Amino acid sequence: MDFLQLILTLDSTVRLSVVLLFACLAGLFSEKSGVVDIGLEGKMLISAFVAAAVAYETGSAWIGVLAGCAASLIFAMIHGVASIIYRGDQIISGVALNFLASGLTIVLGHAIYKKGGQTPTLTGNARFTEITLPFADAVRDVPVLGPIYSELISGQTALVYLAFAVVPAVWFLLYRTRFGLRLRAVGENPSSVDTAGISVVGMRFKALFFTGILCGIAGAYLSTAQAAFFGREMSAGRGYIALAALIFANWRPLQAMGASLLFGLLEAISNLYPKIDVFGVVTIPVQFTQALPYILTVVILAGFIGKASPPRSVGVPYVKEN
Amino acid sequence: MDKMPRWADVALIPLINILLAFILAGLVVLAIGQNPFDMVYFMIKGALGSTRGIGYTLYYTTNFIFTGLAFSVAMHAKLFNIGGEGQAAVGGIGTALVLLAVPWPHWTLALPFAVIGAAVFGAGWAAIPAYLQAKRGSHIVITTIMFNFIAGALSIYLLNGVLKKPDQQAAETRQFGDGAHLPTFNEMLSPFGIEFSKSAPVNFSFVLAIAAAVLVWLLIWRTRLGYDIRAFGNSESATAYAGISSVRVTIIAMLISGGLSGLLAINVVMGEAERLILNFVEGAGFMGIAVALMGRNHPFGIVLAAFLFGMLNQGGFELLWEMPGISREMVLVIQALIIIFTGALVNMTRDPLERFFIRMNKRAG
Repeated sequence: MDFLQLILTLDSTVRLSVVLLFACLAGLFSEKSGVVDIGLEGKMLISAFVAAAVAYETGSAWIGVLAGCAASLIFAMIHGVASIIYRGDQIISGVALNFLASGLTIVLGHAIYKKGGQTPTLTGNARFTEITLPFADAVRDVPVLGPIYSELISGQTALVYLAFAVVPAVWFLLYRTRFGLRLRAVGENPSSVDTAGISVVGMRFKALFFTGILCGIAGAYLSTAQAAFFGREMSAGRGYIALAALIFANWRPLQAMGASLLFGLLEAISNLYPKIDVFGVVTIPVQFTQALPYILTVVILAGFIGKASPPRSVGVPYVKEN
Repeated sequence: MDKMPRWADVALIPLINILLAFILAGLVVLAIGQNPFDMVYFMIKGALGSTRGIGYTLYYTTNFIFTGLAFSVAMHAKLFNIGGEGQAAVGGIGTALVLLAVPWPHWTLALPFAVIGAAVFGAGWAAIPAYLQAKRGSHIVITTIMFNFIAGALSIYLLNGVLKKPDQQAAETRQFGDGAHLPTFNEMLSPFGIEFSKSAPVNFSFVLAIAAAVLVWLLIWRTRLGYDIRAFGNSESATAYAGISSVRVTIIAMLISGGLSGLLAINVVMGEAERLILNFVEGAGFMGIAVALMGRNHPFGIVLAAFLFGMLNQGGFELLWEMPGISREMVLVIQALIIIFTGALVNMTRDPLERFFIRMNKRAG
């Protein structure tokens, strides 16, 4: 593999990992506060649809993102009402919301655009275009650093830069603010937080607010930046890969970035190099590369390498003592 | 008495919740400018209006009985087996291997071995998550989700490789022999002079599904193992004191659950397609969660819920012809809303009803 090929692979990696990163951070907020969210997939899907439809109607990709976030937020709040207020089963709520998104996006898309659930193609300002950073063209011929700057760092869409800016922001919010401390405490030991006079219900809803927004951006990225339309089942299991990345990252924001990049790299490899020859002896099939994120996550969960340590009260509805 | 009567718990609450789900679904239909009552009429007509419709409805019902029972057995042990999708897919591989390996002379000989193939492969796919949950404490929800995706990749790999029929494009095996053909309802009922649609895929597997429901009922409520499973599901610590091995219960419950999911392949792979194709599970594994939930983890309830979901599925396909403005994914919306109201939001209707009944009781007493 020559250098330019490497740069192109990494470029593809970045583009593919952004959606995982947003979704993974979304899951981080929810699970840190003690609410399991396997509905990341559904929130991304509904947002991808709403973002594409609104961007098409208004001609503005940013308004599309906002609308996508609003849709995702509504789903997050339904999950909140079910699992926080009514102490419903969080897994069941997540599964149901994923189904709801699968169905609604196609029913609405079919009714509005009559194209079997697909939205019309976005053009001009209705989609995110690549931003060329200053001097990208000038330094292109500089060896090594030139291509890295002009191909990899420059020429990405606004949401890509936003994703990598959000990572330190999330870290700061969770580990350096009072809000973050309370949020983490509510996922570890809700009764102690309650004793301190802080509302467990309120904290968990606030966490789900961030989950909704971040999942919304993830979904909008799929339909307005990575592609320029919404297609049925567009999220294609990425919500579950994000969940895997969250476990892989052991529920920490900076590691979430690493895990998202790793899983993005695997997706890029499976797209670009379907068959990999290892010294002409064995051929690694593309399905293996595609399944690798899931296999790695199971290995991590099994505790043979590293140790998964989820928030202690994750998945347990909080019932106030009388 | 500070409880609500049993009939309210078992019948009234599910009915109210399904009604709520249908009202909300009706609003969605109104929002896209269609008539919800027309939709219900055409769906019921499509599902039950002809022997062909009934045949398709029962065919889907068979799938949902298997996956619903599968989910419920694990749930009795408080194990959330979300991996029915993958276990059924791998069960299909087992079924296909059995049916391709031997030129079966007659289906009565082929069926027992195909059932073993389906169940063993399905159970095998549940075994690793079960072992990891029992021995290493790995959360079974996450591991079974991961195993669904790994099963998908494995199926694609095998059907594009060793299992693929040579000289063709499609990723599928060759047809099983004539001796592996399961009788359809048409063939089963015509000796009795009953005309049943030839094109409907419902087959002998339906009988198998009903038998499985009876066996699961016997297992859970009439055997020692069933008692252990239910006891473990109610209180893990109590069963530990009673000397019941948590590792044993976890693994056995998951093996039975995976085996039942695998049996879906008997209906779809052996009974309908008569060859192994990609993505034949089509979400039935996930739907089993909803079916078990609505059927309150009881085999009788599961059969009823499976029939309702089978009707919805078949009715949705017919909708395509009668009301082209509504996409068949409307069924998915209805099913999702049913899961939300009967599963996730069940306390929303239960809490006020319980208060109501307690107040009524106090007044009466």
